[in-house]
Amino acid sequence: MVISPGFKWVLRIATFVALAVIYVPLLLVVLNSFNASQTFAWPPEDLTLEWWRRAADSTGVRDAVLTSIQVALLATLVALVLGTMAAMALQRYRFFGRDAVSLLIILPIALPGIVTGIALNNAFKTVFGWNLGFITIVVAHATFCIVTVFNNVIARLRRLGMNLEEASADLGAGTFATFRLVTFPMLRSALIAGALLAFALSFDEIIVTTFTAGADQQTLPLWIFNNLFRPNQAPVVNVVAVVLILASVIPIWISQRLAGTTEGLAGR
Amino acid sequence: MTTTAVEGVEDAPARRRAPLARRAWLRLTLLITPPMLWLGLAYLGALAALFVTAFWDQDPFTGNTIRHWNLDNFRLLWESEVYRTIAFRTLWIAALVTVVDILIAFPIALYMAKVASPRLQKILVVAVLTPLWASYLVKAYAWRIMLSEKGMMHDVGRALGVDTPGYGLTATVITLAYLWLPYMILPIYAGLERLPDSMLEASADLGARGGHSLRRVVLPVVFPAIVAGSIFTFSLSLGDYITVRIVGGANQMLGNVVYDNIGAANNLPFAAAVATIPVVIMLVYLGAARRTGALDNV
Repeated sequence: MVISPGFKWVLRIATFVALAVIYVPLLLVVLNSFNASQTFAWPPEDLTLEWWRRAADSTGVRDAVLTSIQVALLATLVALVLGTMAAMALQRYRFFGRDAVSLLIILPIALPGIVTGIALNNAFKTVFGWNLGFITIVVAHATFCIVTVFNNVIARLRRLGMNLEEASADLGAGTFATFRLVTFPMLRSALIAGALLAFALSFDEIIVTTFTAGADQQTLPLWIFNNLFRPNQAPVVNVVAVVLILASVIPIWISQRLAGTTEGLAGR
Repeated sequence: MTTTAVEGVEDAPARRRAPLARRAWLRLTLLITPPMLWLGLAYLGALAALFVTAFWDQDPFTGNTIRHWNLDNFRLLWESEVYRTIAFRTLWIAALVTVVDILIAFPIALYMAKVASPRLQKILVVAVLTPLWASYLVKAYAWRIMLSEKGMMHDVGRALGVDTPGYGLTATVITLAYLWLPYMILPIYAGLERLPDSMLEASADLGARGGHSLRRVVLPVVFPAIVAGSIFTFSLSLGDYITVRIVGGANQMLGNVVYDNIGAANNLPFAAAVATIPVVIMLVYLGAARRTGALDNV
């Protein structure tokens, strides 16, 4: 390596200082979930488990988590199907408007969420004549989740080439048999990586959700937003956040097991 | 529309095959139609419908949208001092957040990709990823608590001999840069990882000093990755209205103007007109980004 030892130390120190700054707010959230003071007095004078007890008993939290999981699962499923189809079309064929299509797939995530939010809100209500509800959240989330699956799948397809599929066709397998027996198994880890990102994106989304959720639907971010500024509830929100951070071990563990097989959007 | 399969598929042996296998255009049509119906028709259609309303009016008495074509919304945007200030402030914040993130992310990514041992590299990737799973709102709120009058930053600031920024635009930039930092680190890291060590060695063998190699070899290679990361930091900041409400004091960004006009004022035409500003900015940005090849790095 050509990086001089002195510069390596500069980089090392910069990295660890930055990581410290990244983790201080998270640790503060953990600490405040035990902070007896409802206004999160610093430094904390007394610690309590009260907020954890209240969070465990809160039906509001439980319903919101359930709604968020359902939305994220359905949106991810739609994104998996549409993202894979789009990736196969764009990687395997050259056609007029191909560049425009790839730009279009990125667009929902590259445009500010509030634009996507009000555009879909307006379309659902006035163009389609739908009432906002559960389905409208799923449709909105799927729209900006397609890109994560698309990016992972197209990067994988680019690397794989066509040889195995051609061999499969030459050996007499039809289009669907080839996909089921050859293409899909090779795509599997890319699909999982894309699905994890799509799930994460949907699970934490608030801006688009604000404009596309019905009055009865409350995803977890909406619940957090509604309770963050309530003195009685803010400590419970901290508990929820800590649980989320702890639960993130699962997807990160899965994506680490796939390490080296994820590309594009690596862990966005 | 002319279609050709990439290579090879068409000249497979002429044995009995299903129509799907024979016709590239048919397969392409079946593959591309569902995503295009969703994105091209529904999503683009929704965007188009929104921007059409920007040229309509709001009935001052009923609050309903009336289909009377005019440019008043854009004229008001252009001529009003307040909205101009907010637009430039938003742009300035988004640009500043992006620059701050690049400056912080680059050394971290360089360390992760080129200095850290493979084991440490894995740990660092996890360390950078984990905060993304903590709720965006909670992280913004954590900064609100830290920046409050009796908060932690007060103690830190006193130890360093500086005043804490309190709530305001500085706090907004800090919080946004904090929130979007992983989106900048990861693409740059991925870009640097693709840069072969041999290129750095070749550069050194040819007599380039460290700084020179960095400028002439590393930066050109990671530039598309930096642009890819900046799409996120820039766009996410451009449309934000929540963080500025949490830590920004009384300041407003474009997102707040849109939000308030949708909610309280129920003036969709004007909100749509305001929303065209970030859309136009992002389209120009994406167009420029595409030339660098950044979109393949997203």
